[in-house]
Amino acid sequence: MNASMTETRRAAHAPVAVPDSEPARSSAAGLLVYLGLGTLFGSLLVKAEVVSWFRIQEMFRFQSPHMYLTIVSAIATAAISLQVIRWRGLRTMQGGPIVLPPKVMGSGTRYWAGGTLFGLGWALVGACPAPLFALFGTGISVFGVIIASALVGTWLYGVIRPRLPH
Amino acid sequence: MPAAETLVVLPWYLAGPLIGLFVPVLLLVGNRMFGVSGNLRHVCAAVLPARADFFRYDWRRTGGWNLAFAAGVLLGGALMALITPEGSRITLSPAAVTSFEALGIRDVTGLVPRELFSWEALLTLRGALLMIGGGLLIGFGTAYAGGCTSGHAISGLADFQLPSLVAVIGFFAGGLIGTWVLLPLLLGVGA
Repeated sequence: MNASMTETRRAAHAPVAVPDSEPARSSAAGLLVYLGLGTLFGSLLVKAEVVSWFRIQEMFRFQSPHMYLTIVSAIATAAISLQVIRWRGLRTMQGGPIVLPPKVMGSGTRYWAGGTLFGLGWALVGACPAPLFALFGTGISVFGVIIASALVGTWLYGVIRPRLPH
Repeated sequence: MPAAETLVVLPWYLAGPLIGLFVPVLLLVGNRMFGVSGNLRHVCAAVLPARADFFRYDWRRTGGWNLAFAAGVLLGGALMALITPEGSRITLSPAAVTSFEALGIRDVTGLVPRELFSWEALLTLRGALLMIGGGLLIGFGTAYAGGCTSGHAISGLADFQLPSLVAVIGFFAGGLIGTWVLLPLLLGVGA
């Protein structure tokens, strides 16, 4: 069975596209690599103070450049890295191609409407999804309730998705 | 030991680039697009899959790596909590501290205001609205927008994706409304 057949078969069974362009590395060793990277990322978020409710509020109140400088330098680093990957034609460690699937604009509704709803929650809770997990990890157990609520929110979206404009 | 604590806090010019490096690292490790909110979808797909097309896919294959990454983020938070002294505070701008006092938040130690985020607060109407309402908005909004701060603001903008720019403008518009209108209303201090 070649790759294109697998793609066709998967497409036929998946009504909603999910980004997936690399054969699964669901071996225990593969998952450990991502667990390790996640641990580094979570530690970084805490030590960079970007998981702080106070920092997020300070950002939305334009009272400190800290978050803006952090986010802009993160985007700049990622953008330069992507240019290098393209320019050098770099491949994954297993030799596979590196492909960034373009996001589909459609009517654009999902981006501004969904984005605004998320922004409201971001300001109230002072955390986006990665910091939610990191804060729960630091021992603020009530964040488990916020994560559970976010799961319910995502589930609600999945259920009413066919009736929403995208 | 205030000196030791100062040593482990990262300045933005190290933190920002290090965060950004996760984009190329995840691509080079396995052609994975850096993002975190997809995990909410993966968990739904694992727990209550059959109710909607949105959750009918092979979450192990597509989201296994991402769930492992999120478990790591949680673990990273736990590790950092071990080395961070209790009651430590970050260096906030004096203007921010004044704003928080106006909102009735006097304790600015720790990572989140204890007065707002605790099990006791969850039993109050404002606490429930803040935590449960905020969580619902985060989960619904990121699923609708197809990404969060990591997927759209960092991965998407770095790749010059126009939809991500629209999403990030939405994040910010929502954040400003949440900060200047909703939060003061919820905390009962007027806008």
